[in-house]
Amino acid sequence: MSGEMIKGTARARVIRSGEGFRELGLLVFIAILCVAFQLRNHSFLTLANIKDLLDNTAILGILSVGMTLVLITGGIDLSIGATIALAGMTSALTGMVIPAINPLLSILEGMAVGLVIGSVIGLLVARFNILPIIATLGLMNIVRGATYIESGGAWVSSYQMSDGFKALSTGTTLGVNNLVFIALVIFVLFWYFVNHTKTGRRIYAIGSNPEAADISGIPRRRLLWLVYATMGVLAGLAGVLWVSKFASAQGDTALGYELNVIAACVLGGVSISGGSGKASGLILGVILLGMLNNALPLINVSPFWQQFIQGVVILAAVLTNVAVKRNNIRLALRKRAI
Amino acid sequence: MADTILELRDITKTFPGVKALDGVRFELKKGEIHALMGENGAGKSTLIKVVTGVYQPDSGEILLDGKPTAIRGPLDSQRLGIAAVYQHVTCYPDLSVTENIFIGHEKVHPLTRKIDWKELHARAAELLESLDADFAPRALMGGLSVAQQQIVEIAKALSTNARIIIMDEPTAPLTKRESEDLYRIAETLRDRGVSIIFISHRLEDMYRLASRVTVFRDARYVGTWNVSEIGRDDLIVAMVGRAITQLFPKRKVAIGQEVLRVEKLSRTGYFKDVSFSVRRGEILAMTGLVGAGRTEVCEAIYGITKADSGRVFLAGEELRAAHPSEALERGLGYLPEDRLKQGLVLEWAIATNVTLPSLERFSRFGWMNRRREDSKAKELAERLEVKANSVYDLVATLSGGNQQKVIVAKLLTGDMKVIILDEPTKGVDVGAKAAIFEIMNELAEAGYGIVMVSSEMAEVLGMSDRIVVMREGKVSATLDTADATQEKILSAAMAATEKA
Repeated sequence: MSGEMIKGTARARVIRSGEGFRELGLLVFIAILCVAFQLRNHSFLTLANIKDLLDNTAILGILSVGMTLVLITGGIDLSIGATIALAGMTSALTGMVIPAINPLLSILEGMAVGLVIGSVIGLLVARFNILPIIATLGLMNIVRGATYIESGGAWVSSYQMSDGFKALSTGTTLGVNNLVFIALVIFVLFWYFVNHTKTGRRIYAIGSNPEAADISGIPRRRLLWLVYATMGVLAGLAGVLWVSKFASAQGDTALGYELNVIAACVLGGVSISGGSGKASGLILGVILLGMLNNALPLINVSPFWQQFIQGVVILAAVLTNVAVKRNNIRLALRKRAI
Repeated sequence: MADTILELRDITKTFPGVKALDGVRFELKKGEIHALMGENGAGKSTLIKVVTGVYQPDSGEILLDGKPTAIRGPLDSQRLGIAAVYQHVTCYPDLSVTENIFIGHEKVHPLTRKIDWKELHARAAELLESLDADFAPRALMGGLSVAQQQIVEIAKALSTNARIIIMDEPTAPLTKRESEDLYRIAETLRDRGVSIIFISHRLEDMYRLASRVTVFRDARYVGTWNVSEIGRDDLIVAMVGRAITQLFPKRKVAIGQEVLRVEKLSRTGYFKDVSFSVRRGEILAMTGLVGAGRTEVCEAIYGITKADSGRVFLAGEELRAAHPSEALERGLGYLPEDRLKQGLVLEWAIATNVTLPSLERFSRFGWMNRRREDSKAKELAERLEVKANSVYDLVATLSGGNQQKVIVAKLLTGDMKVIILDEPTKGVDVGAKAAIFEIMNELAEAGYGIVMVSSEMAEVLGMSDRIVVMREGKVSATLDTADATQEKILSAAMAATEKA
């Protein structure tokens, strides 16, 4: 049997490369888009523009990590746009009252707000078995309302923010923009978490087969709480960074942004029905959506068409995903022939 | 051959890389119950799908009433009077019995397209009465037992005026008594001139019911016999291609100290005052009718549900498992009855499935040690002889018996003391059954205490050291297998009122 096992390792690699095909496809698609954009506008592939693109996509990336964890468990979180707004607004208001506050404390404050919201959602989903889409829909409205109540409908504008606060999103760490740096750190942690920790493995298990997970002694409720709390913390972090970046906190900040985040995850091959999603695919999905958001205006595509094209790309990605999956299953079944 | 209703000649069906049917034949007479037997993968299911039009054969001929007929799809087969009742009932739990029976061919008013519910309920009531059913047409499907749901499926077949009914392992989820009811229904149908293809792994089903039996092996036709003319041993040889000398190879094992003791365990509405014990190396069978509370007791011990009162001791220390993880940690493993649903993550590799309940053992401070994980999975896969190319194979690509072995492997990664197996051989073919019994023997020899929940009398008598019989949530008898007989167990399992 050991001989067969060795042969099997080679085959496992084949199966994995079958899955890797999807990421390769995304990469090729991104490359084609790059070439097309470059032909239309020669400033597209300049260092400055790529840096811009990454700066503008970092927040999307941070959020997509949290959303992917939620999606892997078979859930969804519609409340994050509102959480961004509330966390951002809260930290901005605090900054108005105490201008000398350390920006890092502002970040912690935003994350704490997110943690509270995420914990509540986690409790509703894990403890009271409320469907995630319903629980987060409710929280979305509550949190959005709280943002308006807290601010009295007023904005916090650039001149009311300290320079340190605004520098959060403009400063650099190790020569990289802070936003991008934070997003990269989070991506690395995410990659390590889902691939190399037992908790990561268990999160896939509860999304793939909740019953089997229960029987296998996996603390499903605790893990469900964990993913929503994590999503909340990341949304809170993103909220502070968002307000810092746009130098404005408003009641309608990030309205509907959760759908962009979900779109990035889906583009990256994360399954809405739970159980699958990879770090490598996710990062490509985020970059692709970031490109569509940032590059289409650059090549003078009208805003009306931008949305249209985004929708087409998302559907195309999902269709390829289905095709790849079917192909993989067929390959696997063919191998079953003994 | 005038009374032949269905004849298949030289049917071949290939899928990429697999020959699912290789020139098989099959002949069904009018008003006959014809058993179709064979191991898993012998081609029975494929044959059904050919007859019901789900698959088109690559070559061969289907003759219906002596005329060559093409069955192009499920609707086509329904039109031709062919219906199938599957092992896992395919129903709509939130709809009524009537709706389930007539779904797809509801009678509607020609103009308004309105469904005539009054008429349909009346027809459903008629059908149910002809099948001696004890539930109303307006009952919700989801509230019925599996046996009752099967009756609905049969009524559904009759509502389409089916002349040929295929029953695919109908008795697998049923208790002995429910099976008896099903036999009676099948006989009633036969007497009305309906022809039945009966697929089952249970030899007793076949001997009790069928007049002829056809055996497939490895996608090929082996033979057709009159049931009265073929003995049990010959039939097994025909199915597996070799003689299984001993179907229940229970080995004598030195029995050690008590390792699990359950004292007066109760859960309101499910079971009451259940007490028993298991010793090292002992196989304890838990039997009784379905619904007697066996699975519920096991689930409470394992921590899936919580008992209201009573105590459980594992190796002398009290175990109060509030969650399966605690039971696993202490050395109590559980193999669930609904294995595919509860036991495996199908789209995962063998290795990751095997280690799922015991990730602590393969990680340090939360970080996974993949190499250790893979080598342990390999070791167990080899020990249990899982047929696969590697431990990276997806579980979905394995056969049923091998999937079963993977689930067993899940329980062996750690230092288990007691293993509870809930219906370990349900829906498993003869060869895989023998392999599972062999594993149980090995586990017993290795000193595990084993609790085997089973409804199959032969298995209970053949594989255990002691037997606990449950009836209506209580232990009604505890027997030494050496003194036990089928009659003793049955009378303990059935309520006194039913004995007469």
